[in-house]
Amino acid sequence: MRMVESRATLTISYIVLGIGAFIALFPIALLVLNSLKPAALIVQNPLALPNPIRWENFVNAWNHAKFSKTFINSLLLSGTTIVLVCSTSSLSAYVLARRKIASWKIWTFYLLATTTAPIQLYIFPLYFGFAKLGLINNVFGVALIYTALYSPFAVMLLRTYFIAVPKELEEAALIDGATHWQVFSKVMLPIVSPGILTVALIIGLNSWNEFLIAATFLQKADKVTAVIGFYLLSGQYSSDWGEIMAAALIIVVPVVVLFVAMQKRFIEGMAGGSVKG
Amino acid sequence: MHRLYLVPTLIINFVIVLVPALLTVVLAFCNWDGISTPTFSGLDNFRALFADGVFWSALTNNIIWTCIFLVVPIAMGLLAASMLLLVRRGSNFFQVVYFLPVVIATVITARVWQGMIYSPVTGLFGLLSRMGLPLANPLAQPSTALFGVATVDLWHWWGFLCVIFFAALRQVPQEHIEAARIEGANYGQMMRYVLLPAIRPTIMLMMIMTVIWSFLAFDFVYILTQGGPAFSSEVLSTLAYRHAFYDLNVGQAAAAALVISLFGLVGTFFYVRLQTQEGEQ
Repeated sequence: MRMVESRATLTISYIVLGIGAFIALFPIALLVLNSLKPAALIVQNPLALPNPIRWENFVNAWNHAKFSKTFINSLLLSGTTIVLVCSTSSLSAYVLARRKIASWKIWTFYLLATTTAPIQLYIFPLYFGFAKLGLINNVFGVALIYTALYSPFAVMLLRTYFIAVPKELEEAALIDGATHWQVFSKVMLPIVSPGILTVALIIGLNSWNEFLIAATFLQKADKVTAVIGFYLLSGQYSSDWGEIMAAALIIVVPVVVLFVAMQKRFIEGMAGGSVKG
Repeated sequence: MHRLYLVPTLIINFVIVLVPALLTVVLAFCNWDGISTPTFSGLDNFRALFADGVFWSALTNNIIWTCIFLVVPIAMGLLAASMLLLVRRGSNFFQVVYFLPVVIATVITARVWQGMIYSPVTGLFGLLSRMGLPLANPLAQPSTALFGVATVDLWHWWGFLCVIFFAALRQVPQEHIEAARIEGANYGQMMRYVLLPAIRPTIMLMMIMTVIWSFLAFDFVYILTQGGPAFSSEVLSTLAYRHAFYDLNVGQAAAAALVISLFGLVGTFFYVRLQTQEGEQ
């Protein structure tokens, strides 16, 4: 809004926004604060400042949650999912955006509908099928599930990027003798690469944080993701809340740093599919 | 040639989603423990499900959950988003702060609330009750467990809605806002007659998604209470999960999954219609 607001309106607005920020930050502050404290101090007062700071929490958390293994699993899982989703979805998004095939409408409908399908509708037969095929505890098997789960969203988002590319560019390349594949890979892909980066970030975040499928399909302690490693640590092995919060912080920090650094892309990507004009 | 481009996406989708989904429909009419050969049992699974009191309380909880999420986070999101539009300076900072809970893994969010806020031993609630303010752990009481869980999901969720509404509000044509301002509209009038009608499609979409997502709610219930105490916070998705993986009654789990999907289907119908309307333009 480009008009001048009265001082009172502005003050009230900032108070409301400040309360919102407090609500959002308070639990995160508790997380950071208590990751630095011994368990006994947390029992006394979770709000007290850490004095002295207990850095061992992080060492213990790293070892007990087996992060040197589980972080690799998480990176492998997120990385494979990103590669699979970005490569398959950009192909589909291009065809659907440009209406290259007669049945584009049916497939767009179908993919839209699967974005809202409940996981419970397919997870049970899938689990027992995976068990038969020996794919339980297999990170790549889970990456395949994530790919199916996230690619409708990716196709829908990338579609909007492809639609925005002027048709003339494509036609010019074809007149110059490029094949259809060259038009896609050499002309279209570079133009929509910001969209692909956005998709990669959001898919990476989702697969890093995912709980239900990872907890169901990865069961061996050395095959789980970092998030599930944390879940096991906090559920069974430890009642040292300083250590649990330290483990939480270790998982959250890379995500938050990446999010703050790439906030524009994250927010545009998340909001992109949802804002209706 | 171009139809080949769709093949990888569709093969993965068919193998992971479509085929198992069709199998779920079949399994809903079978008796199966996940290991032996399934046997056809007609409507037995549905009969058993509908005769189970926990199913009805889970369904009621899903409906309560839907009502809460249709009102509270959408109201919070709209209020904060409109304030962001007013102040302009610092709006990006607040937007990023509000979005932080969205990017934190659900397991971590759940444990922070469980241990640092709700816990009578290590949490804020414990500290406050030691100071004389009697605050019970909401997750331990059947009457409050569902609301205790919903609060955590609300904290995790409302920032997402705020960011989306803010993005939509910024697209409202400047002239409309100025015109209302010249007429002397106050904040309430501006919201009611200019801003809310302008972003109505976005609000509609978010409400449809809320209905769909509310019937899928799983993570926080499963991690915080496992549906307890005494099934008081059970929802359909945790009920189905328990039937399949704890009771090895996959047929009944499939039947519950079909009920969830039925509610989702109504939402999906409106969702697809709204999304493709925009595609037609």
